[in-house]
Amino acid sequence: MNLEEIKSTLEAAIPGCSPQIVTNGSPSGQHSLLLDREHAFAAAMFLRDDPTLCLDYCSNVTGLDWLDTETSEKVKVTQLVDGIEKEVEEISKTRTPGYLEAVYHLYSMQKKHGPLVVRLRTENRTDSVHLPSFTPVWRSAEFQEREVFDLFGIIFDGHPDLRRILMWDEFEDHPMRKDYVEPDDYEYEPTPHDAVLKKALEHRNRISSPDGQGA
Amino acid sequence: MSTSMEATTPAAHHGFADATMIDHESELLQISLGPHHPSTHGVFRMDVVLDGERVVKLKPVFGYLHRNHEKIAESTTYLASIPYTDRLDYMCSLSNNWAYAMSVEKLAGLQVPERAEYIRVIAAELTRLQNHASTIGFLMQEMGASGTPLMYAFREREKILDLFEALTGSRMMCNYMRFGGCRVDLPAGWLDQARKTVAEYPRFLDEFESLLASNEILLARTQGVGVLPPKLAIQGGVTGPILRASGVNYDIRKVDRYGIYERFDFKVPLGEHGDVYDRYMIRMLEMRESLKILDQALQQIAPGPIMDPKAKIRGFRPKAGEAYGRIESPKGELGFYLISDGTPNPYRYRVRPPSLINLTVLEDMCLGSSLADTVVIFGTIDIVLGEVDR
Repeated sequence: MNLEEIKSTLEAAIPGCSPQIVTNGSPSGQHSLLLDREHAFAAAMFLRDDPTLCLDYCSNVTGLDWLDTETSEKVKVTQLVDGIEKEVEEISKTRTPGYLEAVYHLYSMQKKHGPLVVRLRTENRTDSVHLPSFTPVWRSAEFQEREVFDLFGIIFDGHPDLRRILMWDEFEDHPMRKDYVEPDDYEYEPTPHDAVLKKALEHRNRISSPDGQGA
Repeated sequence: MSTSMEATTPAAHHGFADATMIDHESELLQISLGPHHPSTHGVFRMDVVLDGERVVKLKPVFGYLHRNHEKIAESTTYLASIPYTDRLDYMCSLSNNWAYAMSVEKLAGLQVPERAEYIRVIAAELTRLQNHASTIGFLMQEMGASGTPLMYAFREREKILDLFEALTGSRMMCNYMRFGGCRVDLPAGWLDQARKTVAEYPRFLDEFESLLASNEILLARTQGVGVLPPKLAIQGGVTGPILRASGVNYDIRKVDRYGIYERFDFKVPLGEHGDVYDRYMIRMLEMRESLKILDQALQQIAPGPIMDPKAKIRGFRPKAGEAYGRIESPKGELGFYLISDGTPNPYRYRVRPPSLINLTVLEDMCLGSSLADTVVIFGTIDIVLGEVDR
């Protein structure tokens, strides 16, 4: 079944589901299917249980970070310059908000076909970063979704055990994001020990105070 | 096939659930196995809750070796990541090289010449031989057979590492494959040496089998222990010898037929029970199949170029797009997911680590078994922390 057939069967099987095909420019030719957030879970269940598709094996789960992009365009505007109407070129900037993306590579162990690449996108990359978890559908996503949460900061709703997996629990940022800035000294990262916490507080006060001397 | 929800919830497989119900007096004991426990193959920790000697809860904890390999790879060129892939699964650096090179070749549309494909198959199968031998050696070590089986395995592994050293200049960190081929051609006399090593290997396998296969202690410690049902194995994304020990016929060398694997005549051994014994036996049988592939490859290999003339080593910038490539590494499905934005560095570089994902079902396999068995079950998963933590 090719991607367009999968798209139309999904549209027929799940009312309201509107998957889009995302094309891929590389010679690999692995195009992907973008699912909408509301119907993604039902679509995943369908992909797994449909007897012809039977995508019973979720091989790879990963996150992507797409930053806000700014495109500038030259627009011709008529303006009054010294009382005469003239066409003036102006640069108009349009800002498209970035988003986080989760990518799933699905295969069928029974039918031995694949991969079907499925993508999910969050609304933005700051305050609305929720996606439905596919761990109840494919358990192999359990650790991988935890990793995506840890390194990218996507929150998977419905995940049974969403904790940090590679970074330590007290770590605050998401290092795989494109705009991640490393701390100037990892030793001052807050850890549960009193002495280190105190040191970290002093360090923070010092860097936040205007003269750099600290309180 | 109906993959029902029951497969997603951990279940005890040994009927010990009743035993824990009877003993109301017992107190639960929480212990932390690792990260410096010798049986954990590196810095790996298991948070275990015990009822007497029975495991009632087990949570793997990792990240002690995390260096964000993916971030490092995204901040450097495609080529500069090859030596880093050696350090993922440091037992099988040549397989890692191949998986990465193959993904980049898919991304950029490069063709690998025939001789290079043969060299890759030979290198990957030799890697499989030494990985499986040492895995079994470590497993026996954990079962209490101190030293002897492991040293036998390492004796053979050393012969294969000698071949790697002659070919790549390094025993373990090989850094050998390139996008569109291999770095250097085979040195003079290498093929004869390889043929000799391969011809001698069955003798070691026979010796190993007569030493282990019918050993009473081994049978008692492994049969019926840590059973992984096929449904749960598929659901949990388990790949490699563990999956096939549970009886699921899924070998990427046969499914994807990547490289030139369709030219070779070999079988995929399958287990019946999915217990520790089957996982041990599958590795023994897979080594014999690898030897068959090696015999054919070493016979068929012909002179020729080893690099795609279109491949660019300097100034390599693939067209914008993405690709996912995967191989059957000795531990399971090793995949690389790459996104190019037309610059010299990958926009996204993702490793699909078999070691990490095979651990998903560790708790299910261990629930209800004794603590001593947990160590053995964990040993058959065959993980390398360089790959789990990345």
